[in-house]
Amino acid sequence: MMKIVIRSAAIIFSLLLTACGGKEEKKKDDFNINREKTKTEKPAETASTTSAVPASKRIDLENKGVGPVTSVTLTPDIDQALAKKGEEVYTQMCLACHKTDKKFIGPAPTGILKRRSPEWVMNMILNPEVMIKEDPLAKELMAEFNGAPMANQGLTEDQARSVLEFFRTLE
Amino acid sequence: MKKYSFYLVTLLGSVLFLSGCGDQNGNASSNGALASNNAEKVYVAPGEHDEFYAFMSGGYSGNVTVYGLPSGRMFKEIPVFSQFPTNGYGYSEETKPMLETSFGFIPNDDSHHPDISQTNGELDGRWLFINGNNTPRIARIDLKTFETAEIIEVPNSAGNHSSSYITENSEYVVAGTRFSVPIPQRDMPIKDYKGNFKGALSFISVAPETGHMDIKFQLIMPGFNYDLSHPGRGKSHGWFFFTTYNTEEANSLLEVNASQNDKDFIAAVNWKKIEEYVENGGGTMVPANYTHNLYSDETHSATSTMKKEVLTVDPTKVPGAVFFMPTPKSPHGVDVNPTGDYIIGNGKLSADLTVFSFDKMIAAIDGKKYDGEAYGLPILKFEDVLAGQVKSGGLGPLHTEFDGKGNAYTTFFISSEVVKWKVGTWEVIDRKPTFYSVGHCMIPGGNSAKPFGKYLISLNKITKDRYLPTGPELEHSAQLYDITGDKMELIYDFPTHGEPHYAAAIPASILAPKSQKIYKLAENEHPFATKSVSDARVVRDGNVVHVYMAMIRSHFTPDNIEGIKVGDKVYFHITNHEQDFDVPHGFMMIGATNSGLLIMPGQTKTTVWEPKQEGVWPFYCTDFCSALHQEMQGYVRVSPASSNIDLSWSLGE
Repeated sequence: MMKIVIRSAAIIFSLLLTACGGKEEKKKDDFNINREKTKTEKPAETASTTSAVPASKRIDLENKGVGPVTSVTLTPDIDQALAKKGEEVYTQMCLACHKTDKKFIGPAPTGILKRRSPEWVMNMILNPEVMIKEDPLAKELMAEFNGAPMANQGLTEDQARSVLEFFRTLE
Repeated sequence: MKKYSFYLVTLLGSVLFLSGCGDQNGNASSNGALASNNAEKVYVAPGEHDEFYAFMSGGYSGNVTVYGLPSGRMFKEIPVFSQFPTNGYGYSEETKPMLETSFGFIPNDDSHHPDISQTNGELDGRWLFINGNNTPRIARIDLKTFETAEIIEVPNSAGNHSSSYITENSEYVVAGTRFSVPIPQRDMPIKDYKGNFKGALSFISVAPETGHMDIKFQLIMPGFNYDLSHPGRGKSHGWFFFTTYNTEEANSLLEVNASQNDKDFIAAVNWKKIEEYVENGGGTMVPANYTHNLYSDETHSATSTMKKEVLTVDPTKVPGAVFFMPTPKSPHGVDVNPTGDYIIGNGKLSADLTVFSFDKMIAAIDGKKYDGEAYGLPILKFEDVLAGQVKSGGLGPLHTEFDGKGNAYTTFFISSEVVKWKVGTWEVIDRKPTFYSVGHCMIPGGNSAKPFGKYLISLNKITKDRYLPTGPELEHSAQLYDITGDKMELIYDFPTHGEPHYAAAIPASILAPKSQKIYKLAENEHPFATKSVSDARVVRDGNVVHVYMAMIRSHFTPDNIEGIKVGDKVYFHITNHEQDFDVPHGFMMIGATNSGLLIMPGQTKTTVWEPKQEGVWPFYCTDFCSALHQEMQGYVRVSPASSNIDLSWSLGE
């Protein structure tokens, strides 16, 4: 009983303090179990057990992924017009899940070409259903990113290529 | 165990067959030996597709249902004249205009006769037309999207029943009034019906590229009831045929009073002649009030326009355009065979079918051999135009379809059967019972120059003992007959939704390759679309709030909204950012007084919510979209009307 009175008083007091803005309520998080993911937890059965580096940080420039793209030649300089087009496509089709500079639903594309081959990136865009089943990196990424499979946004190969060029601008 | 019984049946079947105790003609009986054969005919294995799409009118549901043949599986219900909470049709801001009429917003109807667009007399699979019977309307369904694309109201009409049949190049979709009414509508004694009421037959042009409908002219006919109609084709292309009843012009107790004349009429209308007449300036433009509602796949929105006049034609002013052919016993269906040579009239109270010859009709018209006139319109002599009579022995003939192999199939309501007969000799070849009280029958392409004579569906009114009982209310039944042999075989029956009157079917190979799978987000021109999540926002304009929201597996952008107040009118404009086939997302908001939404990939839909109570209220995705579907949710904070909390919105912050 006494406890309730004290608590109520505390709430009233805190309300008084914030009375001028929106009503803020005291956060009452009485949870005591460690809800963080434990370090030893395996992301998924399929994940590589040998590597301690998460898939999103790992560098693999040899893997070309699984899909229609087998070879991409990048020009020495970034094609700015193509990159601009790619940014438009990205903003409409990809941004809902991929923020450019931080982890969101999926990984951020900034610096992606330091970790992945251009072919892998394009195949991930064009052929996600198969990539998450057959490509070891894509499989691990899905586990790392909460089990959310990447949606196929129906981009043409040209659109995917322009998105790739846009990614080159994200250093 | 099941397998075992199957073998047993097969074994037993072959024993019966070998011993010759079965049907001597080698035809399947309705049960026993060859039942497994019939099962094979309708069985579509998992992962395989049906051969035909069948579009069944929904009757008092106001909609259309899509079935596969021969499996009888229902694939979809297409909302047409009725609100449809399943996907928000007629509830969403975009689709509400589709149900606007001169009587206001009418969210229901009674849909009867679907017909598929034609080119050169053959089904082209572009559009499906269907009539709204009660509030006279014609709808066009786009067979690429399987959505209602257009609805036009029909003025001066009432009980839009002799509709919506297509001419052989889809020049016109025709809508005839069942009830004659005062034209223009006015306050007058009902007993003065005779001679004063009129029946409008509307010829609605269909634009060849877009399918857009426009009433080209209305033929203002004597005050009979215009029951059904069919176009001429081939040699009779350019004519349209309408059955009439109540040529007595009774206004009460029609059950008795409209059955006095031994013969009513089939009206033969030379629409090409009238078209020429109006194109040369003929006809009278009269004031009218009717809506024209058009849906756009680009803006994902419908507009409703009120039209203010309609061109009417007095048939007596166009000599040689309209003739009456006397037809016994209150005719109901009128059907034209695939070559266009014969017009079949079915007298509801008759045992026989009356078949008119188009050639004889033309000869009688050329010879001016009339048997009197009705309201100045010539009546042809029955004997002069008669090609033959089918002495069927059945009772209550209603409708006839054709198989393209010289045979016709007529339904008999009272004697519950389908009768097969030969066009030209008029001999009856076969008859099979239906269960029970069949209305229309339908052969895919049956109302065209090129039917696909493999199956016949009978659309039955009474279901009774055919299925497990489900209380007083029973779905109607459809029955599937194999008509490839000399004799018809009843091979399957299945329930149908609402009351399917007529149906139309088309080979799947014509439609399936053209079916739309997604809407392209880049082509979305909805004025409230959120085409990039960077544009997601909440905008206040007085007490109206617009939420520009995007959705993709498995979150809404934004999913936390604050600053909404009691008394606000909140429009959720939600764009589905998926670009993959079969990934719609749903939306429901607690306390919303209209339906939820089901939004297709690339599409934007809008629903209104008027929060009445303070609190924090959730919304969520209603279509199980992904493994994290349950996580696809959000909150709206609702503050008192007097609060001064700023609007804010966020996702993942």
